[in-house]
Amino acid sequence: MKNHLSRRSVIGRLSAAVAGVLAAPVAKAAKAVAQKVLVTTDAPKDYDPTKHKWVMAIDANRCIGCGFCAEACKKENHVPEGPYFRTWVERYIITKPKPGSGAARGETLVDCPNGGINGYPEAPVPKEEIQHSFFVPKLCNLCQHSPCVQVCPVGATFDAPDGAVLIDPKYCIGCGFCIQACPYGCRFLSPVTKTAEKCTLCYHRITRGLKPACVEVCPTQARIFGDLTNAKPEDPILQFYQNNLVTALKPHLGTEPRLFYAGIDKEVR
Amino acid sequence: MTNELTNLVVEVMPRFEGYVYPNEATQQPLWSILIVLYPYITGLVAGAFIMASLVRVFNVKALEPVYRLSLLTAFAFLLCAPLPLLFHLGHPERCFEVMMTPHLTSPMAIFGFVYAWYLMAVLLLELWFDYRRDFVAWSESTPGFKGLLYRLFTVGVTDVSAPAVQLDHKIGHILSVVGIPSAFLLHGYVGFIFGSVKANPWWGNVLMPIIFIMSAMVSGIALCVFNYMVLTWIRRKTVDMKCLDVMGMYLFYALVVDTAIEGLDWIHRIYSAEEGFRVIQYMAREKLFYTLSLGQVACGTLVPLILLGLLQLARRRVPELARRRMYFVGASLILMGVLAMRWNVVIGGQLFSKSLRGVMGYKMGFAGLEGWFMGAVLLCLPFVVLTVMVKLFLSEHDQK
Repeated sequence: MKNHLSRRSVIGRLSAAVAGVLAAPVAKAAKAVAQKVLVTTDAPKDYDPTKHKWVMAIDANRCIGCGFCAEACKKENHVPEGPYFRTWVERYIITKPKPGSGAARGETLVDCPNGGINGYPEAPVPKEEIQHSFFVPKLCNLCQHSPCVQVCPVGATFDAPDGAVLIDPKYCIGCGFCIQACPYGCRFLSPVTKTAEKCTLCYHRITRGLKPACVEVCPTQARIFGDLTNAKPEDPILQFYQNNLVTALKPHLGTEPRLFYAGIDKEVR
Repeated sequence: MTNELTNLVVEVMPRFEGYVYPNEATQQPLWSILIVLYPYITGLVAGAFIMASLVRVFNVKALEPVYRLSLLTAFAFLLCAPLPLLFHLGHPERCFEVMMTPHLTSPMAIFGFVYAWYLMAVLLLELWFDYRRDFVAWSESTPGFKGLLYRLFTVGVTDVSAPAVQLDHKIGHILSVVGIPSAFLLHGYVGFIFGSVKANPWWGNVLMPIIFIMSAMVSGIALCVFNYMVLTWIRRKTVDMKCLDVMGMYLFYALVVDTAIEGLDWIHRIYSAEEGFRVIQYMAREKLFYTLSLGQVACGTLVPLILLGLLQLARRRVPELARRRMYFVGASLILMGVLAMRWNVVIGGQLFSKSLRGVMGYKMGFAGLEGWFMGAVLLCLPFVVLTVMVKLFLSEHDQK
């Protein structure tokens, strides 16, 4: 069959493409406006989410496992007592292989008592048997393709234009589907509000020019926070990307986390 | 004494082995018995409807004695299906948001529409067109409140002339044809709610909707066998053996297909042995031994397969009474087995950490919204509704 390409069809296609390109930012802005009008967030009224792109990064080499971040988060965000955490710090201990076993490594032991807030018990294996030991702070992975957002039946959880993944507490029906869908265990059903809760990057703080509570209290700057839209080259977040090879958690799930880690092992999940 | 009691309480606290994410260390799984019942009841609806369609669409004359009973069963269970879902919500008062402002990428949101479609456009209408002529007749012959009810059900349409009745049949037939894919959609979607969770290697599985549909058909047919036999026993009637044999045949073949697909799922899991396989293996061997190996596989699948299979091979040689008992035991075991399967999927999927490094323990309580008692009540409720419906709509002389 002859492939006929008329002038009219070319013009038609081109103008459709141009219209599409032009319509994308308009649609984006309209979505942002709609979200601003319809959705409850902790941001002040004059805050414009389209002018920021918040992100966090973790330099695990710096983390000393003090647990201040997890404690500060609980206090700042009134996270209920018990097994409910918006952020926590895991301790990894990888033991040496048994001599003659032919293995490169021994066992991987992970613990996180009370989110790491009260410190950690003594290592369950003697010091000389430990090959590696390190701490990994965990929080919302700020996925670009968030499974939690995808599955919410009412759209109560959503990707804010500024990069945060938020929940509208006045809209959440408390079905728990998002909690099941989050591969990183970052969400919980609050026994107080009966709605899903998660790390918001301390939205009430960052939208007022402050840092998230966990970043504020971290004594070693293991948590790096920044605004990619307005970052200068010397800002810690861009310096972090510049100076480190990074990885994300569970990349095979295709969630495309925006939270990057430096200095973690393959055992971290 | 108090100390002993307190110690007991401490013993039922959750126990964890290995590492679980801190948010997963809750006392009971986020989705518990209520969410086990929800796919179970929905599955019974879909299966019972398929059973009814065998008569209407595929013209299986032998099944006529159970046609209406199957439809009423589907309807009674469908009315109760959303209750467990509703009760488990953190904010049940906001449930209508699922319909008013649905998020279209969510399987749960779409389920709301599929459910409404199935209830309103398929089952309710099919029942009405099927019963319309009877409603008119009963409203004239029955005195008192019951007669008034029948008159209400006619919605003022009292034309029972031959062309009108013929139209009823025609519409009923069309609704049945539409109903089959709708029933598949209804339960396929329930399967998809679990199958779409890629974060969970126990759930995230492309076969999940098909497994759910097949097990739904099996459990629905088994429920019809169970209901039919119980009803004839209560009414002191004799069971139509031809009808029962045909039901048993369909039950057997559906069970064979269901077993094959679930077996395929396991073979695939074992052979590909992906990331979460070790923890899944541990779950099947340890945590779910009683409900999976014993409940679902041995009692719920193998024994009924043997019982029903034997009847397929040597039906003529088995006396009627023994046959009836074998069908009854087979159907009851299947009903239990499918319930165990729902438990294994829903609870099993939450007994290991998404870190794939640890497992949680779970002991179901008796009281409370997520306890045994509530579960039993919700499971009995559709039978209560069905009893009322049978009283109203399935008169004894109707049932041959």
